[in-house]
Order: sequence, then structure tokens, then C-alpha cells
Amino acid sequence: MWSPGGDSLHGVSARDTDWEGVRLHVVTGKGGTGKTTVAGALAIALAYGGRRVLLIEVEGRQGIARLFDSPPLPYAERRVAVAPSTPTLPGGDVYALAADPEAALIEYLEMFYNLRHAGTALTKLGVVDFATTIAPGLRDVLLTGKAVEATRRRSGGRQKYDAVIMDAPPTGRIGKFLNVATEVSGLAKVGPIRGHADTVQSFIKSPQTAVHFVTVLEEMPVQETLDGIAELRGLAQGGLQLGGIMINMVRPEDLAEDQLRAAAAGTLDQHELDLGLKDAGIEDRRGLASSLAAELTDHAREALAQRAQRDRLAEAGQPRYELPLITSQMDLAGLYQLAAALREQGAA
Amino acid sequence: MRIEQHPPALDVDRLLDDPRTRIIVCCGSGGVGKTTTAAALGLRAAERGRHVVVLTVDPARRLAQSMGLSSLDNTPRPVPGSAAGAAGGSLHAMMLDMKRTFDEIVEAHADPDRATQILANPFYQSLSSSFAGTQEYMAMEKLGQLRRANEWDLIVVDTPPSRSALDFLDAPQRLGRFLDGRLIRLLTAPTKVGGRAYMRVFTAGFTMMTGVFTKVIGTQLLRDVQTFVIALDTMFGGFRERAEDTYRLLQAPGTSFLVIATPEPDALREASYFVERLSADQMPLAGLVVNRVHRSAAPQLSAARSLAAAEALQTVPAQATAPRHPLTVTALRLHAERMQLAEREHRLEESFTAAHPVIPMVEVPAQPEDVHDLDGLRAVGGELARGVGLS
Repeated sequence: MWSPGGDSLHGVSARDTDWEGVRLHVVTGKGGTGKTTVAGALAIALAYGGRRVLLIEVEGRQGIARLFDSPPLPYAERRVAVAPSTPTLPGGDVYALAADPEAALIEYLEMFYNLRHAGTALTKLGVVDFATTIAPGLRDVLLTGKAVEATRRRSGGRQKYDAVIMDAPPTGRIGKFLNVATEVSGLAKVGPIRGHADTVQSFIKSPQTAVHFVTVLEEMPVQETLDGIAELRGLAQGGLQLGGIMINMVRPEDLAEDQLRAAAAGTLDQHELDLGLKDAGIEDRRGLASSLAAELTDHAREALAQRAQRDRLAEAGQPRYELPLITSQMDLAGLYQLAAALREQGAA
Repeated sequence: MRIEQHPPALDVDRLLDDPRTRIIVCCGSGGVGKTTTAAALGLRAAERGRHVVVLTVDPARRLAQSMGLSSLDNTPRPVPGSAAGAAGGSLHAMMLDMKRTFDEIVEAHADPDRATQILANPFYQSLSSSFAGTQEYMAMEKLGQLRRANEWDLIVVDTPPSRSALDFLDAPQRLGRFLDGRLIRLLTAPTKVGGRAYMRVFTAGFTMMTGVFTKVIGTQLLRDVQTFVIALDTMFGGFRERAEDTYRLLQAPGTSFLVIATPEPDALREASYFVERLSADQMPLAGLVVNRVHRSAAPQLSAARSLAAAEALQTVPAQATAPRHPLTVTALRLHAERMQLAEREHRLEESFTAAHPVIPMVEVPAQPEDVHDLDGLRAVGGELARGVGLS
């Protein structure tokens, strides 16, 4: 466990955030966009102010353990990080759980039918693997069901967790994953599984759940994000709430506007670079000034490409949050930096 | 003193030009640029005179976008603008429609009545459209079909966007094993002739299982499963055998694997697992493609010197009113960042090479803008063929 020393959030007191009332945050995104990292940062951000949050992963790849530099997570809720206290706010706790469908089924059978032994036996026979393979809807309802159960769980007269963050499947699969009742209804028209799916579905479609999209400012991830948002809007007749767009790995723009345009067009004043290098006492060997100008051109073209993608995301009409590119290796310090950025922008 | 190992350079053009190369499989974890690499290789091969089809398995229509097509369906279509000219090659592309492919197998193997019955079964619909392994299984199936059709002399395939590169190899067998497994036998047993004797062995387990099933998911669900399984079973015989056939196709001479990664810890870790797995399974690995590598055009100026110079320029002398040479300062700072990033990426690649010293490698520099047309793909193809190993 690790807690940061310095804190840019001194003086931040209880204030409204954009997602008041949301208790289950579903985080999706295309592969390679940093979905798990952003889910982790959101968990820390939500834990500030003495809150207890649970981060759940459902894809069995131990991404959360790697993110928090902890040993592999079991099917149990473990504390993995703290949100530090500030002069005005008490600290908070981040718990994590690696959910898997077999364990979730056994737990479900025990909770509702007192059938733990049968569940264990079924697992050994391969029945659970069978059922969840042949009908992924069953698998999904067990996983989303676990997240909903944790969100609604009470302990000592209060909610056990103030918020639950689910590191959900990628954008391409999120519609099916969340639309559990429909996915299961083709398979089970009546019966307890159907009932369970309906309960889970009604929570997911309630204002207490929001679905956030993680993307980077590149064409294809942005396209998938827009497609994913459109898909969920289509499913939203029952009120599936779209959350924010978390724009990850945003590179800063270091050039003034006129220089940026000139650099992108390749018309920068290279003589100015020559003079600057000379003034700095660097001898220009092997065309250093023109190489640096080429790097400025790359930078400017990236910056303009980023802007174009940012404009496309704006069309989705959802709140957007920007997370800076962490240039060093991603570690816990970087994670707290991202959490601070989310808080400053009102995401948590 | 630092001892560096240089991996052999991957000679992409030799691979593409060799008429014995009939299948190239691009694999790697999600988001590393598999589709773009596959499309760029296909285009380059076509323009060097081969008759190529690129098969993509990605539902996000990325290949369609990067090839300037509005949509792809389950049939190879010529790629407009890829007319190969003097070399006399051609380029087709298709996107796998996994449900359609599954439906076609059913229609080809069952009489019309039975086919209708299977296609309408809710379990079939669930399995054929959403089981993660189905996509990999159908990709292999389609690959086999294209190979047998023998209309193209090179097939470039892009693997499904799985969370792990290994899913591509594991999923077909998992599906095969599953559809061929003990439990399926158990479910189909009661309705088969001779089922009684078989049942006796399993009675205890089966009774408990149906008991729990009935209680938890209802009898109708169980009945649907049984109907589905029996229909599939009588139709296919051994699914496992089929999966093993496609698996052997991958091991056959003429197939080459390219592992795709980016210079990031997760992607290279995946690449490492995958390389080990390919070698364990005796699959022919052609090499590693590292996409989105950052290089500097001015490696002679180190990050430290660049930063020091920027700071020197920013130290305003007493008589001056403004910092000197702001553009140069920005250029030096950006250069330092780039050098640091390049160094970090280089270290990661070195770790990979230390563990796999004989694997040929090629780097593709990060493009400032996304690739979304044939010119972009051509440029990527050029970088792939440049054959530069670690510099």
C-alpha cells in the first residue's frame, strides 16, 4: 500500500461532482487505452473524503494487482490503496476484487438456495464452465450480479461501499455485457436465473449506475467510443445512463499557436533554431537544427491530430475529462496524479 | 561498458516475395496495430506481384477504415485503388462475419429441416454470436476455406482482438474440447439408444445436476441445451477433430506467424508469452514487429545536454528583458523528452531480445497521424520492409 506525500488537493472540501448519486461506475474502453489504469484512478479519486470504494475486475487477468503492485487478487475483497487525508478531508480506502463467474455462482447458490456443496460439485463436474461457455449471457449476469450485490450490500447500518467501480469488458462487448436481461431472456424465459437477471438489469439501468468510456485521442479508439456510445443510447430505452468520456494519455501542446501551425506545415524559421543553439553553446553538427525542426513538426502534427479527435468526441455530448500522458513508467505516483486530475475536473 | 545484443533484422520483403509463403498470421495483444500491420503487409505483397487476400476478424471495422472501404462483408472484395500495376498482383480484403460463417457450416452439414431447427435454437444463437472462442474458431475455419479455395497465393490474417494473444491459439481447441466433452455426452446420453447403460455410471452426478439446473435455471433451459447439443452432435461428429485440423493448418509449411507488439511493458510481456507458446507448439515464427517506436532524428544530442542547454537559455541575464530563443527552448525540451522515451522503449526491447536473442525484429516508427488510407498503409509497408533491427 502506498500513499502520496504532497497533495495538490489541499483545501478541496466536500463539493458537488458530476456523478452525484451514481454508486456503480462501469468503466469500458478499447484495448490499449488504459481502461484498467483509469478505473484505478477513478477508484482512488472517489475514495477521498473518508469514503470506501471497491474496484472489481471481471476479465480474470489480474490487471488491478499489477496496477497497484500487489500480489494476485483472490476472490475476496482486499484493500489495495488508500486515498490520503488532507487538512479538510479524512482519508479513504480502495478495496479490490477479481471476480470470476464460477466463484460468483457458488456464492449465489449459497446465498439464495443454501446450495454451496452442490455448487462446488458442479464446478468440479465442469457444469459451470459448460453453462457459462455455452451461454455467455449467464457468465455476464453472474459478474454484473456480483458488482450489483457489492454496491447494494449493507454493513453496520450503512452501505458497505460508497461506490463500486467495475473494470468492465472492452467497448466492443460492453453493450451485450450490460444488457444482461435481454441476453439471458432468450435462454431463460422464466425461473430464478431470469429473475436474478431482471433484478441486476434494473439496477444497471437505474440512475445509480453510469457507464464511462476511456479513450485516447487517436482515430480508431475515438471511433469505437462514438460507436459504443451510440450502441448504449440505442439500448437505453430503459434508462441506461451514459457517463463521462475519460480521455487518457493527452499530450501537452508546447508551442504557441502560430508556431504550431508553422511547424505542422514545415515552415518553421530554422534560422531561429540555429541562433538559439549557438547561443546555448551547442555546436550544430550533422544538421542538428533541421533534425530538431523535424521533431517540432512531428509534435505539431500530433497536436493538431489530437485536436481533431477531441472535436469529434465533443459531438457525443457527454462530459469529458482529460488525463495527462504520464511520460515516465506508469506507477502508483502516476496513478495518484491521474486521480487528482479526475477530481480537479469534477469526475469524482 | 554496456554489452548490447542485436537481434537479427526481419526481412519482410523476402517473406512476402517467397512464393512458398501462403499464410501470414499477425497476432498480438489488443491495441498494438495488428490490423494496420496486416493491411500494410497485404498491400505491399500485392504491389510486389502477389495475389493477396487480407482477412480481418475485428468487428470494429478497422481494416475497412484503413483500406478506405465503407464496409466489408463475409466475401473477399477487391480493394479499390490497390491496382498493382506493373507487378501484376492483386489485393482483396474481407471481414469475418462470425455468425454468418457458423450459419454456413450448419447449412452445409445439415439437411434443411435440421438446419432451421439449429439456427432457431436460442443456445445456438448465443454461442454463434457471443462466445469469445467462437470468433477464433470461425477465423480458423474461414482461413481454412480461403486456403482450400486456392484463389489467392497469399492470405494475411489478423487475429481477433482478444485480451491475450494466447486466446487465438487456445480458443478453438477450447471450443472443440467443450463441444466434444464429457458433459455434452452426459447431456445427450439419456436420449440416445443405449443411454441407460451410460446413465448408470453417471446417475448420481446427473440427478444432482439436473436437480440444481432445474431449481436455478428452470427445466425449459435444460431442455433447450439438450436439443441444441444433440442437434450439433449428430451433425458434426467431432468438433475437436475439426479444431485440430485447423490447428495443423497453422503448423503446415507455408504459414508464418508475425508477433506484433508496441514498446510497452504489457505488450512486450504478451509478445514474450506468445513467442514461447509458438515455439512450444512448433508453429513457424517469422519474427517480431514492434509498432509505434519513437526515434529521434538527432540522437547525437543527449537528453541531459538538451535539457541543460534549454535551462541555460532560460536563465535570463540581468540586462535582458525576455527569455532568449523560446522556440529553441521548446525544441530542446521536446527533444529531451523524445530521447528519454526512445531510451525507455529501447530498454524494453532489449529485455525482450535478451530472452529471445534469435528472433528477427523490425521496428515501425510512430506515425504522427493515424493511418487511414492506402498511402498511409504504403508508408507503413515501407517501414516494415526497411528491415532495421534495434539501432
